[in-house]
Amino acid sequence: MRYLPLTSDDRQAMLAKIGVRHIDDLFRDVPKSDLNPEIDLPRRQSEMSVERHLSRLAGKNTAAGSVPFFVGTGAYKHHVPSTVDHMIQRGEFLTAYTPYQPEIAQGTLQYLFEFQTQVAQLTGMDVANASMYDGSTATAEAVMMARRVTRKKRAVLAGSVHAHYRAVVETTTQFTDDDIVVQAPVPADPQVELQAAIDAIDDKTSCVVFQNPGVCGSVLDLAPLAEAAHAHKALLIVVVTEVMSLGLIKSPGEMGADIVVGEGQSIGNGLNFGGPYLGLFATNQKYVRQMPGRLCGETTDSDGNRGFVLTLSTREQHIRREKATSNICTNSGLCSLAFTVHMSLLGEKGLRQLARVNHKRACDLRDAMSAIEGVEVLNSAFFNEITIRVPGSATAIVDQLAESGVLAGVPMERLYPGEGMDDLLIMAATETVTEEDIADLSSKLTEALS
Amino acid sequence: MSMNSQGRPTMPAASNDTGEMTPVFESFSGHQGLRLAEPLIFELGTTQTTGVDIDEAGDFEMSIGGLERTGEIGCPGLAEPDTVRHFTRLSRRNYGIDMGVFPLGSCTMKHNPRLNEKMARLPGFGDLHPLQPLSTVQGALELMNELSHWITTLTGMPAVALSPKAGAHGELCGVMAIRAALEARGDAREVVLCPESAHGTNPATAAFCGYKVKSIPAKENGRVDIDALKAALDDTVAAVMITNPNTCGLFETEVKDISAAIHKAGAFFYCDGANFNAIMGKARPGDLGVDAMHLNLHKTFSTPHGGGGPGSGPVVLSDALKDFAPMPYVVSGKDGFNLVEYGDEKSLGRLTAYHGQMGMYVRALSYMLSHGSDGLRQASEDAVLNANYVLASLQDIMSASFEGPCMHEALFDDRFLKDTGVTTLDFAKAMIDEGYHPMTMYFPLVVHGAMLVEPTETESKYNMDQFIRSMRGLAEAARAGEVARFEGAPYFAPWKRLDETQAARQPVLRYTVAEAAE
Repeated sequence: MRYLPLTSDDRQAMLAKIGVRHIDDLFRDVPKSDLNPEIDLPRRQSEMSVERHLSRLAGKNTAAGSVPFFVGTGAYKHHVPSTVDHMIQRGEFLTAYTPYQPEIAQGTLQYLFEFQTQVAQLTGMDVANASMYDGSTATAEAVMMARRVTRKKRAVLAGSVHAHYRAVVETTTQFTDDDIVVQAPVPADPQVELQAAIDAIDDKTSCVVFQNPGVCGSVLDLAPLAEAAHAHKALLIVVVTEVMSLGLIKSPGEMGADIVVGEGQSIGNGLNFGGPYLGLFATNQKYVRQMPGRLCGETTDSDGNRGFVLTLSTREQHIRREKATSNICTNSGLCSLAFTVHMSLLGEKGLRQLARVNHKRACDLRDAMSAIEGVEVLNSAFFNEITIRVPGSATAIVDQLAESGVLAGVPMERLYPGEGMDDLLIMAATETVTEEDIADLSSKLTEALS
Repeated sequence: MSMNSQGRPTMPAASNDTGEMTPVFESFSGHQGLRLAEPLIFELGTTQTTGVDIDEAGDFEMSIGGLERTGEIGCPGLAEPDTVRHFTRLSRRNYGIDMGVFPLGSCTMKHNPRLNEKMARLPGFGDLHPLQPLSTVQGALELMNELSHWITTLTGMPAVALSPKAGAHGELCGVMAIRAALEARGDAREVVLCPESAHGTNPATAAFCGYKVKSIPAKENGRVDIDALKAALDDTVAAVMITNPNTCGLFETEVKDISAAIHKAGAFFYCDGANFNAIMGKARPGDLGVDAMHLNLHKTFSTPHGGGGPGSGPVVLSDALKDFAPMPYVVSGKDGFNLVEYGDEKSLGRLTAYHGQMGMYVRALSYMLSHGSDGLRQASEDAVLNANYVLASLQDIMSASFEGPCMHEALFDDRFLKDTGVTTLDFAKAMIDEGYHPMTMYFPLVVHGAMLVEPTETESKYNMDQFIRSMRGLAEAARAGEVARFEGAPYFAPWKRLDETQAARQPVLRYTVAEAAE
């Protein structure tokens, strides 16, 4: 077996050194009747043979890059420069462990420090952690953090929050006495969504969670929400599922957010059918000790040289056990490296340009959709995503367009089944979308509706 | 002055008070040959620089409700050559499995096959959106189904929930399934029992699910004290969380009596599967009475640790728990594969957006297919063999905590360092000077100054012998009173020991311009 270096002679010599005759002598603590069960699985295969098998499975899927592609809703198709993948595949990054031995992990630690700084700058917050599993789990962690900070247990999830995110918050808190208030999305009028969130805040509220751009793509000024939350000593948690938007839209920090969580996949990371992704978590300095997840901090070594270490670990499970701020251990290290490499390539100049291109494509898409008879565009302010109303079932249209080689978007019904939104379709347009793609979509959609 | 093989003088050097040889001058650049200094991006880049060419959007009327971001963001950029150099330089300050033995107990730092990386990057997997129509992702769902088959067959369990994002997330899934099952039968219970030797995630997870955590002591031989366990088991206990093989590197010999006792009390047996690498194809948790167990695909099934993640923590579930599995899950029907994303009333809910760590599923299946049933069993046997070889080769000079045989990791404690002035931490740092990543230290908590060595199956006998030679040398040096070798270690790493107290006292968690001005 190509990954196993021991030879039969090695094994014999080693067993002799140990002082046993047979390998199963080392497994003598396993109940005899349960040792070496029959395992009905195929035997070992060559690299070529595994490659053939998996390539066949991959070939049954329609890759995003092979068709006009408008699917978004929390995961976005962006162009990732080749440099990113080459850097993250360097074995020193790829095959390193969590940097618990800082003297031989300064590579990981320095990029984490850079990552934390970039996330703090982008979100407009003081500090960020070294990443979490993804945007949805980061959101659940933020709700729990708000409870620790405010010592209140009522959380309001606005209608703008992605259905999966709200489901993760509900699942995660189902066995606690948290009181989660879930509001319905109002795709046609995001101001109503905002007002509903403002109205729901009371003195018992620990936090209000609002996604911006919302799940249907709309962008809002959240300053009134921040004001309302703070008036009741509640925290404003802003969710950003399209981090690219921070290159064009005012940051959540500028709008008054207390915690910003997000999905960082758009920068540096591929679609990967939903994972691994990159949870972002940022907040203000005064809440640092209530944050979940790993933190990297600056220090010096015994020669006085600047270096970095994991810090404030007294919040974490391996020290605090059942009193930890979170049970989280693993983060998304390599995905945060991809983010930091891509972000370093872009710089804010590149990010701003890219964000503008995204918005331009979405405006083009809006114009094209508005021109189709029977189609109504619901958004007035948006970043790179819009929601349209079609006559009939959006799911049926998406399936029909998929047959003709266009992936048109996400039917609201996929995320909100049975909530009366079957005629709504969420569509994203990033820099990867061309004029031809939009023309192709338009003609096939027109055809499907006629 | 010493001479090198070409007859030229080597660098002038002076001996400092620890006897360490150090150069007498510093370079003008701050570099030291191949040890290249590297500032932060924020000290290198400018806000006018970008390493990506992007088409101009041109003038157009924006529709962002007047919410344009103005003012500097504070994220400088680098041109591509400088970006490549920056991260290449950083990478060279890291130790990875690719560089040498990484005997970090409980973490299973085995070789990461590059085939798996290639497979995960096939456009049909890597460039797939989680919300595409299911008709366009049938191959992805088939892969998830096939992975599930491998996992359930290897563990002898009826079902697996793939979506948890990492080990601790898997624990959360398992304990939630247990609580959901208990609530479904109207049985409110309050307590979860964890052995003293448990991973910190176990009690943290139980507390997260609203349970009180009670600790169960270990016996002299490093196993759970089954009498103490039985005494603690009553109708308030929801679950017992046990790692098997346990964190002392030992198989719980009485595991079947333990599971019988747990079930008799109406409780569930959660097994922490972090150490599954010892028993692939050798024993099935399903035969041992386990109700729920997570697997760390990033340990046992070779998906890269990546400097701390991403992980993946699928959870196998018994018949009693499988109906409570989280959504989404894959089902196969006559029209192909379907994904159940909503509407399962019994399910504990949703633990993550989308469908979990697809990139890790591909890598793990690639690993499993490569090994096959025979190769996986061989891998576990070799892992256990390597660990026992370490134990047998070091137990005369270091203090083994328990009598062997061990499973895939060997536990030592600091008794052999008594009165030497050398601590476990010092010993670990001295291993860095030997060119190794230190073993896990001070864990598990049940022995003093623990040193947990897990070599994994992907180390050759040559590597093991070299490693053993270093460990013996260090143990002898400590006993011979060579304290300086340890106290100041590491000497040969790019950084000397870092001040963690200073970092925690006044946390500096980001770069700020003010700092640059100092």
